[in-house]
Order: sequence, then C-alpha cells, then structure tokens
Amino acid sequence: MEEKFKITSVVSVCNNRIWLNGQLAFECKEPDTARFLLSAFQNLKVTYPKFYKMDGLSKLGWVATEYLLKDKPGFTLNDNYSAGMVLANKNASLDADLKYYQTVASIPSPALFVYTLPNIVMGEISIRHKLKGENAFFIQEEFDADFIAQYVQGLLNNNILQSCICGWVDLLNEDYKAVLMRVEKNGEGVEFTSQNMLTYF
Amino acid sequence: MPVFVAGLGAISGIGNNVAECLHSLQESRHGIAPMVYLQSEHRNRLPVAEVKLSNSELAQLTGLPVHISRTALLSLVAAKEAFLDAGLPSGFPCRKAFVSANSVGGMDKTENFFPAFAANHEAGHLREVIHHECGAISEIVAKELGVTDFVSTISTACSSSANAIFYGARLIKNDLADVVIAGGCDSLTKFTLNGFNTLMILDENPCQPFDENRRGLNLGEGAGYIVLVSEKIAGMLHRMPKAVLSGYANANDAYHQTASSPDGTGSFLAMTGALKMAGLHPEEIDYINLHGTGTQNNDIAEGTAIQRIFSNPYPLMSSTKSFTGHTLGACGGLEAVFSVLSLQHGIVFPNLRLETPMKELPFTPVTRFKSGISLQHVMSNSFGFGGNCSSLIFSKS
Amino acid sequence: MVMEKLMEDLKTQIVEQLNLQDVKPGDIGNDDPLFNEGLGLDSIDALELIVLLQQHYNIKLLNAEEGPKVFYSVRSMAEYITTHQKANP
Repeated sequence: MEEKFKITSVVSVCNNRIWLNGQLAFECKEPDTARFLLSAFQNLKVTYPKFYKMDGLSKLGWVATEYLLKDKPGFTLNDNYSAGMVLANKNASLDADLKYYQTVASIPSPALFVYTLPNIVMGEISIRHKLKGENAFFIQEEFDADFIAQYVQGLLNNNILQSCICGWVDLLNEDYKAVLMRVEKNGEGVEFTSQNMLTYF
Repeated sequence: MPVFVAGLGAISGIGNNVAECLHSLQESRHGIAPMVYLQSEHRNRLPVAEVKLSNSELAQLTGLPVHISRTALLSLVAAKEAFLDAGLPSGFPCRKAFVSANSVGGMDKTENFFPAFAANHEAGHLREVIHHECGAISEIVAKELGVTDFVSTISTACSSSANAIFYGARLIKNDLADVVIAGGCDSLTKFTLNGFNTLMILDENPCQPFDENRRGLNLGEGAGYIVLVSEKIAGMLHRMPKAVLSGYANANDAYHQTASSPDGTGSFLAMTGALKMAGLHPEEIDYINLHGTGTQNNDIAEGTAIQRIFSNPYPLMSSTKSFTGHTLGACGGLEAVFSVLSLQHGIVFPNLRLETPMKELPFTPVTRFKSGISLQHVMSNSFGFGGNCSSLIFSKS
Repeated sequence: MVMEKLMEDLKTQIVEQLNLQDVKPGDIGNDDPLFNEGLGLDSIDALELIVLLQQHYNIKLLNAEEGPKVFYSVRSMAEYITTHQKANP
C-alpha cells in the first residue's frame, strides 16, 4: 500500500515575480534577470556573502528555496539526512558553461568553472539549509511530472527521505523559471500527485 | 528483493576490455602518460590516462561513424561488452533499461566546432554539436544496444555512474525493468582539463592517492558498466551471477561546491547508509575501493570518514585511480567493475606509488597486489562536486 | 608611498574579483587575515586571487602551496608583488 504525501508549500519564480502558495511574495521591474535575482535576494534581508559569487542557476534555486522555506524553518530536521532534493531542468549548466568559456581565451576562471555542473545548485541549497539527504538532478526537455512524482514517491515510500524539495529550476541568459515544492509525509496541503504538481506550472 | 550483477564491461587507460584492465591491475601497470590524442597546450606538463585508441580505431571497433563523440564511442565499447558478458538468452522477452552517466557529453566535438563558429556564425559543421548534451550520448548508445524500454542519463559530477548503478537497481526493485545496463563514461576534453587546471588540483606527475605528499589528481577517460538483473532473470542465465548489489546510499555533504567537509560528513553518511541497507556491520566489509583522487582535500575527508566508521583491523583499501586516473563520470562504473572482479577472484589491487602514509590516518592502503583472499563484501566509494556522495556495496551471491 | 598605493589598489581589485558586494575596499585592513576569520574566503577565492595576480600584475603563482603565505593579508600580497616584480622586471 502506497502512502499519500502532501505538497506543503510551493514557490514559483518567473516574469519578475515570486509567488509563494498562490500569494505574490515579491515583484520588481528590473530589466534583467541578474538584477531581478539580486533584488529578490536583498528583499530577504539575510546576510549571505556567498550569494554574490554564485552562477545564475544557483542564485535562482537559492532564492526560490529561501522563499519556499521562509515561513517554516522546521524543514531542517534534527536528522537532516532525511531531507533531500530532486530537481530537473532543460538547460543543465549551459549558462555557466558559456560564461566560463568566455574567460578561457584570457585566464580561465576557477570561480566560474565550479558552477559548470547542473547539480551545483543543489549543493548550494543543501549548504544553506543543511539538507544532507539523497539528491538527484535530471535534464528533461520539459518538466516530466509523472517521472518526478514517481521518483520522489519512491524515496519517501522506502523511507530514504522523510521530506523532499522537488521541481524545476532552469536559467539560460535572460530566460528563467523555477517552480519548487516541499513534499512531506506529514503536514497540511494538497495531495502530492503529478496532476497537482502540474497545476503550479 | 536482491539485484544481481550478471555482466561487466570496461575500457580505460589500462585496457580496452575487462580482461585487459584486469591484467594491468594484476601486473601493477598504470595508464598515466603524456597526451597522445587530446590536443592541449598543457600536453608537455600534465599527464593523463587516455584510452590507447584513436577515434577511428574506436569507430572501427564499435561500427559507429568516426565523427561521433569519443564519449559515445567509449560508452558503446564497454556497454556492449557488459551486455554480451551477461549472456542473456537471445530472443527472451524482458524489459531492458540503459542508465548511463557522463559529465562532458559531446564536448569534444563542440570544441572542434566552436573556434570556427565563434569567428563566423555561418561556419562550422552542425553535426559536431548535435550531440553536445549528456543525454544525446546515452541515446546513441542505447540505440546501438537495441534498448528501447527505458533510457536515462545521470549527471552529478564524479558520483554520476555510482548513482546510475543504484538508480538501475531501483528500476528492478520497483519492477520497472528486468535487465539494466548501468554505469558511465567520459572522454578527455580541453574543457575539463583546463577547468581542473584552474582549480590547481592536477598532478604534473603520476598521482599518489592517500600519500602524505600527494599533489593532486590525473584526469583519465573511459567507460564502465555492469548489467543488473532481477532474481527471475538471474535464475534463467547459464552462469551464476557474479555478485549481488547489496547496499547503496547517496548523501549530500552540504559544505562547499567543490571541497569536501573536513570530517567527511557526506562520505560518512553515504557509507553508513549503504551498510545499513545491506544489513552489514563495518567489520564485515573486506575491501574498500576508495574514491581516492589524490587531492589533499578528498583523501583527508574520505580517510577521516572511514576512520569514523571502521576500526582496527581496518578493511583492505586502495584507490585504482592510481591506474586509471580520475575518469569523472565513468569512475563509479569502472570502479564497480573492479570491485566485482575483486570479489569474484579474491584479489585486491594495489594503491600505486604510495610512499609515505598520511600521518593523520591510522590505516594504510594496500600497496601490493594481493590474491587468494576470501572476500565477502566490497565497498566502492564515489564522491562528487556539489557535495554529491555515493557508496555501493557488492556481496558474494 | 608606492606600497600604500599598491595596497589600496589591491583592496579594490580583491572586492571586484571575488564579488564581495557586502564589503567596501576601505573596510579591509592592511594586516587583516583574508581567510578564515577575516573575510571568510574559501579555496576557490584563493584560486581567484591567483588569477588576480596574473591578470593585474603578470605574476604566475605556480605552486598553490605558497597561497596561504602570499594571501595571508593585503600587506603580504603587496610584498609578494613587489619582490616578484623586482625579480622579474
């Protein structure tokens, strides 16, 4: 018998807006993605110097997760090995790859090179929220809700995780979109199904 | 539900198939040498462990066209070997999956394309970039293998192919596949070499993992796959399965994008998680195939985590990266193959060039080839950038 | 003084190279430790400082092990640059 799990919180970031559980949480009219992400970060009023050093994809994932977990800091469980992450996107780390490649002609930048892997965004989020559970990153043409739902359900059903952040985080040049949700074994929210996930896109 | 290992396939700097790799491991013959195939301004300074075949030789071996990415050529050689080694009865109806990892994709071809294209956007052959993304490599190989039921690509840096293997096991456990060819591949590219060079963790001499005076890693290339089968399929094969994949776990170190935490939190969690799943006590592990890259940071973090879990007498340990270099997306697959060979033949491979044991650690890896030992359980560690850490445990079936 | 000017330049370059947006060049003391308790820099920042030396001063630090000594503070960096530029005019 498969257990039923809940989506306890959802954040989406696109078109210069951040929506948290259906409510507009932040909006700004900055003309470019980098400045929008910076404003969103500043709006959080947290001190995190590392943010400025991240690539665009990590900044997007980081900001989205910060809003997602803002109200319920309890996500960082005592046993944080049981909180994990399953994310997907379309463009992998292509944005960072291109920026790194531009420096190769003169002196290659180590600080840019370290972001040329898509799973680094999960590393940054894990560092911030001390999430040490299993994490996986998939590259998909578009968000494959059935696949992600099945994968996350497997992790929760088999007690590999007790809670999971899952969703989509994609950024290439000026195009970006993040939709992240918290899925938990216990808690208030809609049922965790692929159909319900798709309603947030 | 047990998941069995029925086939092995490998290509690396020390051999073009499993038998050749095994022979080199037995003879303590490493594959780290000056570059022959990779074109780089660092060719005289940085040794690498290249597969000793040109692209046209690999194309001939695989039947693929020569313009295909070297990553796919390497992948097909090893995946096909593994598949044939499993000896599945032909025409037998079963659901086959291919789960393959890589970190560079078709970057080798993109690098050929880019200079001309950058100068003139009308120039360059598009066929050189159509296989750029990691998944394209798996699709090419899956097609050649005739696998159509399920194909997936995992890219989590240096733990990629260990993750591909346990992902494959999950497909079987959840009854989504009967046979899974799982592992990974990577070819050497300028992108990777220059990138690791900026991190200043490349050794200008053959690397010395777990040595007090280690200076860094050597990059390598290759592919390694194992064929995982369900219990039902295992029972129908003519040969006994080679091993059982008895435990696996993945965890995040949550410390730094590239550096491991000083106490090796991620590696500790991965190893203890795999032990728990296999239902084993630490003292039951007979051999650990270390991640052992040869960097200051990895070896002390991994060593510290091992020290926290295991106690005297420590299991035998060695890093076979002292033979193959660090093959990135391929290393979890290659080292899974080596771990199963170790279990099957009762042998342990030496950690080459270990001169001075690390002063912080109470144990020393094996420095000479050992044979005739009884091994029941072997652990293989793979840790990657982004804090992604995985451990696999193979047991006698 | 040449040394003072060099240290002021370095502070601006460090803030820029390492994206230290919360830090003003004037906040960095000449003898403040740059790593650990100081500006909280990490191993990747150290590598970026090596790039900085190469980009702005044409000095190649080939041995990463020299890093901690050279990059201890703005003053130690300036001293390294001065001696190195003299040695290789």
